[in-house]
Amino acid sequence: MAERFTKSMARNIYLGGSAFFVLLFLALTFDTQLRAMPERDNREELTDQVVRGKHLWEENNCVGCHSIMGEGAYFAPELANVFDRRGGSDTEVFKSYMKAWMNAMPTNIPGRRQMPNFNLTDAEIEDLAAFLEWTSKIDDNDWPPNIEG
Amino acid sequence: MKYESQRVAMPYFIFALILFAGQIVFGLILGLQYVVGDFLFPEIPFNVARMVHTNLLIVWLLFGFMGATYYLVPEEAQTELHSPLLAWILFWVFAAAGTLTILGYLFVDYATLADITMNKLLPTMGREFLEQPTITKIGIAVVVVAFLYNISMTALKGRKTVVNIVLITGLVGLAVLWLFSFYNPGNLATDKYFWWFVVHLWVEGVWELIMGAILAYVLIKLTGVDREVIEKWLYVIIAMALITGIIGTGHHFFWIGPPEYWLWLGSVFSALEPLPFFMMVVFAFTMINRRRRNHPNKAAMLWAMGTTVMAFLGAGVWGFLHTLAPVNYYTHGSQITAAHGHMAFYGAYVMIVLTIISYAVPIMRGRPYGNSNTAQVVEMWGFWLMTISMVFITLFLTGAGVLQVWLQRIPESGEALSFMAGQDQIALFYWMRFVAGAFFMAGLVVYFGSFFIKGQASPAEEVRGPATADA
Repeated sequence: MAERFTKSMARNIYLGGSAFFVLLFLALTFDTQLRAMPERDNREELTDQVVRGKHLWEENNCVGCHSIMGEGAYFAPELANVFDRRGGSDTEVFKSYMKAWMNAMPTNIPGRRQMPNFNLTDAEIEDLAAFLEWTSKIDDNDWPPNIEG
Repeated sequence: MKYESQRVAMPYFIFALILFAGQIVFGLILGLQYVVGDFLFPEIPFNVARMVHTNLLIVWLLFGFMGATYYLVPEEAQTELHSPLLAWILFWVFAAAGTLTILGYLFVDYATLADITMNKLLPTMGREFLEQPTITKIGIAVVVVAFLYNISMTALKGRKTVVNIVLITGLVGLAVLWLFSFYNPGNLATDKYFWWFVVHLWVEGVWELIMGAILAYVLIKLTGVDREVIEKWLYVIIAMALITGIIGTGHHFFWIGPPEYWLWLGSVFSALEPLPFFMMVVFAFTMINRRRRNHPNKAAMLWAMGTTVMAFLGAGVWGFLHTLAPVNYYTHGSQITAAHGHMAFYGAYVMIVLTIISYAVPIMRGRPYGNSNTAQVVEMWGFWLMTISMVFITLFLTGAGVLQVWLQRIPESGEALSFMAGQDQIALFYWMRFVAGAFFMAGLVVYFGSFFIKGQASPAEEVRGPATADA
């Protein structure tokens, strides 16, 4: 680097640049969280049942194999749109599908990827289904590209 | 080694390497489960093995960063560590908490673990990379705060160098951002948004400060280049890291609920994120070309060059490949993401920790000019085996990812293959990735072997030109 470019100039770019972008990031975060998200994340339908479903999702580490809105592991299918893919976007159909699916696990087919049985009650499976249905309705800029996730 | 208390870095490095070995074993298990789906089922289901693999990585890197800090801060500050005893206590607390958590993952059903650690009181578990029980998260916070106290007291009473200031800034950032791991609202979209405050702002933010500071320290030591020059570079690199990386967080906000302006912000700023990594490459190679001494620890020099190149490829190039929103729309959450994650973590953070280990451990073992030639040759074999294997792991995962996107994401609904049908089609790539992983393990064994090779330590160095005060 040219001699005219001194260490204190470099330090000022670092301090000024990072301070500016931290503040900009905070401003954008306020805008995203306070103005934009309430219109996009479907929060008026965020019931206690959905929250219970989220905790079940977490306490069984579902994200250790599946992805949800593209985040998680890539070992098992995306589930943010499973309500549309397997439930045909119908609450009752999806609930029955979920009960049948969760109780059929594991398949024990030799050599195939196995999903454990988490021994959830019917009520818990309905909570989980409610959580996945709610998640499918978040405005996520039309991701994923198709129904397969 | 100028200060006796630097020696407390040793247990941190040793424990980090032990956990590293565990991480690779579980990586192999995961790689096999991708193709032999029921391997170790139901004893170790995929989600458990993955949690162990990623959490071991995070914890051993933290051990590595702490070891690096204990080693270099006293020497930079030109004073003994504030409290070596506290450093030892924290080592045992952190090692015990980490081991117990991993054993908990392996031997207790996850829902039961959540139950017995009273996750309901403050639910934080079950989110990717933040699977640790809440009590472990609190433990990490306590250990890091006490560690920062010890380090800050040391730095404050001595010489204030840029390396120390940047390193401690990075560590304080790490601690502050960790607090977001305790925020887990019932709204998944909000949860995800702030989850990235830990995950992205760690690895594409404050960890780059830590990496930059360690690299700068090692380069000062190995090349004897004037500290003023190195510190100027360090400031420019970390400035670029934060200027691009903070708003670059936006590349994670494309498809999880936040508004559309993030598509632009995230794309533009994250497209610039390779810059700091590119500058690290130029930095390392320029300093080495201008070196004023030929340090006999050639292995450490190789790691220092290697980490910049691999970080640039893994974090920079492989990150850029899928960071633009129109591309990411198709690649998000595919094996492309996995390819990028593997090479970026290895290049930037695994290799920087191995760099400081390669430099500092021989000194702590009474070999100030590095290990014997034979030991260094073996270590460099380990370097090449692991690094080339990681290149192949990344290439095979990229191949798998491209095919996955082609089969599962690009066709219209109705024509696209389902997830599992697609996975069957790309199994060959997973097999090749597994083989590359086995070579990585072999490289790790060779690397470990280099620590046990005796022989005469390297003789004193040859100085090129006048030595500087720091040399």
